[in-house]
Amino acid sequence: MNFETVIGLEVHVELKTNSKIFSPAPAHFGAEPNSNTNVIDWGYPGVLPVMNKQALEFGMKAALALNCEISKDTHFDRKNYFYPDNPKAYQISQFDQPIGHDGWIDIEVEGKTKRIRIERVHLEEDAGKNIHGDGGYSYVDLNRQGTPLIEIVSEADMRSPEEAYAYLEAIRSIILFTGVSDVKMEEGSMRCDANISLRPYGQEEFGTKAELKNLNSMSFVKKGLAFEEKRQAKVLLSGGEIQQETRRFDETTNKTLLMRVKEGSSDYRYFPEPDVPRFAIDDEWIERVRHSLPEMPASRRARYIKELGLPEYDAMVLTLTKEMSDFFEAALNEGADAKQVSNWLMGEVSAYLNSEKIELPDTKLTPANLAGMITLVADGTISSKIAKKVFKELIENGGDAKEVVESKGLVQLSDPSQLLPIINEVLDNNQQSVDDFKNGKDRAVGFLVGQIMKATKGQANPGVVNKLLQEELAKR
Amino acid sequence: MEKLYDKSLTELHDLLVSKEITATDLTHATLNRIKETEKDVDSFITIREEKALELAKAIDLKGITESNPLAGIPIGIKDNIVTKDILTTAASKMLHNFNPIYDATVMDKVYQADMIPVGKLNMDEFAMGASTETSYFKKTKNAWDHTKVPGGSSGGSAAAVAAGQIPVSLGSDTGGSIRQPASFNGIVGMKPTYGRVSRFGLIAFSSSLDQIGPMTRNVQDNALALNAISGFDEKDGTSAGASVPDFTAGLTGDIKGMKVALPKEYLGEGVDAGVKEAVLKAAETFKALGATVEEVSLPHSKYGVAVYYIIASSEASSNLQRFDGIRYGYRSENVKNLEDVYVNSRSEGFGLEVKRRIMLGTFSLSAGHYDAHFKKAGQVRTLIKRDFDAVFEKYDIIIGPASPTVAFGLGENINDPITMYMNDLLTIPVNLAGLPGMSVPAGFSEGLPVGLQIIGKPFDESTMYKAAYAFEQATDFHTKKPVILGGND
Repeated sequence: MNFETVIGLEVHVELKTNSKIFSPAPAHFGAEPNSNTNVIDWGYPGVLPVMNKQALEFGMKAALALNCEISKDTHFDRKNYFYPDNPKAYQISQFDQPIGHDGWIDIEVEGKTKRIRIERVHLEEDAGKNIHGDGGYSYVDLNRQGTPLIEIVSEADMRSPEEAYAYLEAIRSIILFTGVSDVKMEEGSMRCDANISLRPYGQEEFGTKAELKNLNSMSFVKKGLAFEEKRQAKVLLSGGEIQQETRRFDETTNKTLLMRVKEGSSDYRYFPEPDVPRFAIDDEWIERVRHSLPEMPASRRARYIKELGLPEYDAMVLTLTKEMSDFFEAALNEGADAKQVSNWLMGEVSAYLNSEKIELPDTKLTPANLAGMITLVADGTISSKIAKKVFKELIENGGDAKEVVESKGLVQLSDPSQLLPIINEVLDNNQQSVDDFKNGKDRAVGFLVGQIMKATKGQANPGVVNKLLQEELAKR
Repeated sequence: MEKLYDKSLTELHDLLVSKEITATDLTHATLNRIKETEKDVDSFITIREEKALELAKAIDLKGITESNPLAGIPIGIKDNIVTKDILTTAASKMLHNFNPIYDATVMDKVYQADMIPVGKLNMDEFAMGASTETSYFKKTKNAWDHTKVPGGSSGGSAAAVAAGQIPVSLGSDTGGSIRQPASFNGIVGMKPTYGRVSRFGLIAFSSSLDQIGPMTRNVQDNALALNAISGFDEKDGTSAGASVPDFTAGLTGDIKGMKVALPKEYLGEGVDAGVKEAVLKAAETFKALGATVEEVSLPHSKYGVAVYYIIASSEASSNLQRFDGIRYGYRSENVKNLEDVYVNSRSEGFGLEVKRRIMLGTFSLSAGHYDAHFKKAGQVRTLIKRDFDAVFEKYDIIIGPASPTVAFGLGENINDPITMYMNDLLTIPVNLAGLPGMSVPAGFSEGLPVGLQIIGKPFDESTMYKAAYAFEQATDFHTKKPVILGGND
C-alpha cells in the first residue's frame, strides 16, 4: 500500500506599515523591548483600537496579488485566549468575513505548472513576544504586539514537500513584488505552519493531519514535511494510527517532535469586534489598489521566455526580486540585448552584490550605464575583458560607460594600420612559433595571440587580431 | 458666604465671572460640603483635595470669562473613567490600586473647559449593577432616603449631585446606569446617542452599549455639560463625526406642536402604580404645553432585558479578560505558575456579580451556544431598533418611566439578580438601539423621586433637551430638595 501526501500551508506575513494596525505606535523592529508601545498595545483599561487604513490597503493589495475576491462588506472579530504576550486576552482578527477569499497561485515543479487554491487571506494583529530568561523569570516584549499581519490559508492542494516549497517560494516572491512586506522568514516577517496528512492513493477522504510548527526557513518547511511524510507512512504501514497533533521541527536533527496532541478544537469564542465598526470596500477602491499592483513574477517570467527568448533559468533568477526584474526591464528599454543584460545581472552583478553583501539599489549601477556598456561591447568598442574593468568603475563610482572608456583610454584597438606593425613585431620575435605553425602545430597561434594581447595591454580586438594574424602567417 | 452647594451651573458661572467668588473659593466650599455630607451618602471613592485646589488656583490666575461657561466649576467623575494620576478603580478590588498614566478623552475635555475634577465617584463594580451595592469599597445612599439605594451603576454620580456635594458629575450608561440613578435621586441624567461622546478611557463594560453622559440638577446645566464633552474623537473608532450643536439653544419652553409618543409597553406589567401615575400626569403636562401625546407600541421591547444580558455579558466577558494580574491591578499572592496568576487573580479580584456576568457571557459565546444566544440576541436587537425607527418616523420624542420603581431599600434586591435586572427594563432598549435617553424629575411616589424618561432620535439630543426644559419649567419637581440639600425650606 502506498500513500498520497496532502499538504496545506498557513502563512503569516507581516505588513510593513508605518504604525501598528490598531494603535499609532511605530511598527518596526530592532527597538529596545517595549519601546515601540503605548497604552493601547499594553491593553490598558479604557483604551480602544482604531483601524489603520494603510494596513487594510496593504492587506487588500496582497489579497488581490493572490487572485482573491475581496469582501466588500467586512469586519474584525475577537479571538479570545489568555497568554502573557496577548495583553487584551483577545486578538483582533477576521473570522467569518476575511478581506480576501477564493484566490489561487500557480507554482512550477519539475517543469509542470500546478494551480494551488487559496482559501482565504485575512488581516489580524500580531502578538508580543515572551522571552524566557534566567532564574525562572519570563519577560514580555510588546513591540511586536499590534503589528499588522495577513494570514494566507491555502487549500490542502499540495502533494509533496517540493510543491509546498514551490508554493512558499511563489507566495514570497508575489508578496515581495507587491511591496507590502519584506517577507523574510529568518526575521519572522514571514512565518509558516504546515498541515500534512497521508491517504491511500485513490481515497478521497483526507487522513488525520499533523500540524508542524517552528518552521523558521523555507528549507525547514521542506525538510520538516519530508520527515513527517516518512514518519506518518511508517506509522500507517505498521498498522498504527496518526493522532491529530502539533509537532515542532527540530533543526539540529531535521526531525519533527511531538508538542501536544489536539483534544478537540480550542474554543476561541469569536465574535464581531464591537470597537471597530464594520467597513465597506467599494469597487473604486478595489480597482485603484488593483491598478497599483506591479506585473507579478510569473507573468514576467513567461514574458521573458516567450518574448525575449531567455532560458527558463534566467527568467527565474531575474524575477526573484522586483528590484532585479525592474532593473532588467529598464536596461532593455535603454536598448541593450536581453541575453547580454541577463548574463551581466546573473554573473558579474550578482557576484559583486554577494561579495559586498549589498543590494542592487545600494550601488551606483544604473540600467542606463549598464546598457551603455553592453552596447559598447556589442559594437566592438571594448572587449569583454575591458568591459569587466568598466563595469567595476560603473558599479562603484557610476557615470556613463562611454565616458569611462574614453577617459581611461580603454577603447579597443581594431584598426589594422595600428595592429599590423605590432603583429609583425611579435612574429619577428617568435620565429620558433611561426615554424611550429608551418609544421601544422595550430597551438602556436594561441601563443602568438597571447603575445599580441600582451603587447597591446589587452586592448586589441581579438577578432581582428585573429584575422590579421592568419593573413600575416600565410605571407611568411 | 451663602450656600453655594445648591446653585446651578449658570448661577455659579455668574458669581465666578463677576468675581463675587473665585474658583478657589468654590473648590474649598465644595470640598467642605463633601466632607460634611460624605458620611450620609458615601458617594466618593477618591477625593483629590490638593490637586483640585492647585487647579482652581491656576484657573483663577488665568481668569474666568463669559465665553467659558464651565470654567472653575467642580465636577465629580464616575470611577470607571480613566483619570491620569488619579486612582481609577471601577469600584473593584481588581483595580483597587490602579493609578493611570493617561486621561480619558472626556477628561481632556473637562480640563479644556477649565472644570475642576474633585474626585472619583462610587459605582457598581465595573458598572455591573443597578444599586451601586456591588462596589468593592462602600455602599452609597440615596440622597432622599439614606436607607434606600441610589440606583446604579452611576449611583455615586447621582447621589453626589442630588445631595449637593457637586453641581455636575459624569456617569456612564450601558443599560440605564445614568438614567435609573438620576430617576432614583430626582436629578437630570443624560445618556447621549451612541458615538456622541468618546469612549476612549471609559473602562469598557459592553463596548457596543456604553456611553458617558452628564448628571446635573437641572436641564440647562445638563445641556451645558454635554456641550463640553461631546464630539468626534480620532481615538474612538465608534465615535461619530456628527456636528455638535449648542444643546442649550432650544431651551425656550415652547414645544407647541411637538409630537410625543407614549409606548403602551412602558406602562405595563411591573411598573409601579405611583410611577405610572406620575408618567401619565407628565403626558398631561406635555399636552397642556401644546404637544400631542399618542400611545404607540414597541412590540419587541419586552425582549430587551434578555437580549441585553446576552450581548452586554458577552462583550463584558471579553473586555474583562485583560484583567489578568500581569500588567496592572490585583495579582494573587497565591500562585505557583502562570495559570494560577490568571485563575487566582481573577477569582480573588472580581466580585460575585462580575463573575456571574463573565460566566453568562462566556457561555453565550461558546461553541454550540453562539447561534442560539449571541447571534440570536443580535437579530432581536435589530428588531428592537426597528420598533424605534418606526415610531420616530411619526414622533419627535418618546416618553415613559426611567425606572419601573422608585428607589428600593439597601440590601433589598442584592441577592435577587433577576429583580435587579428587571429594573433596567425600560432603559435597556434605548442602549440596544443606540439612541439618546434622559431622565428628568417628574414627581414623587412613596416620598421618593420618580424620573420621566425622554427618548430621542439619534443625534437629536437638542429636541429632548427642549422638551425636558419645557416640562421642567412647567412643573416644580426640580425645585423640591432632599433634606440633605436643605429640604423644602
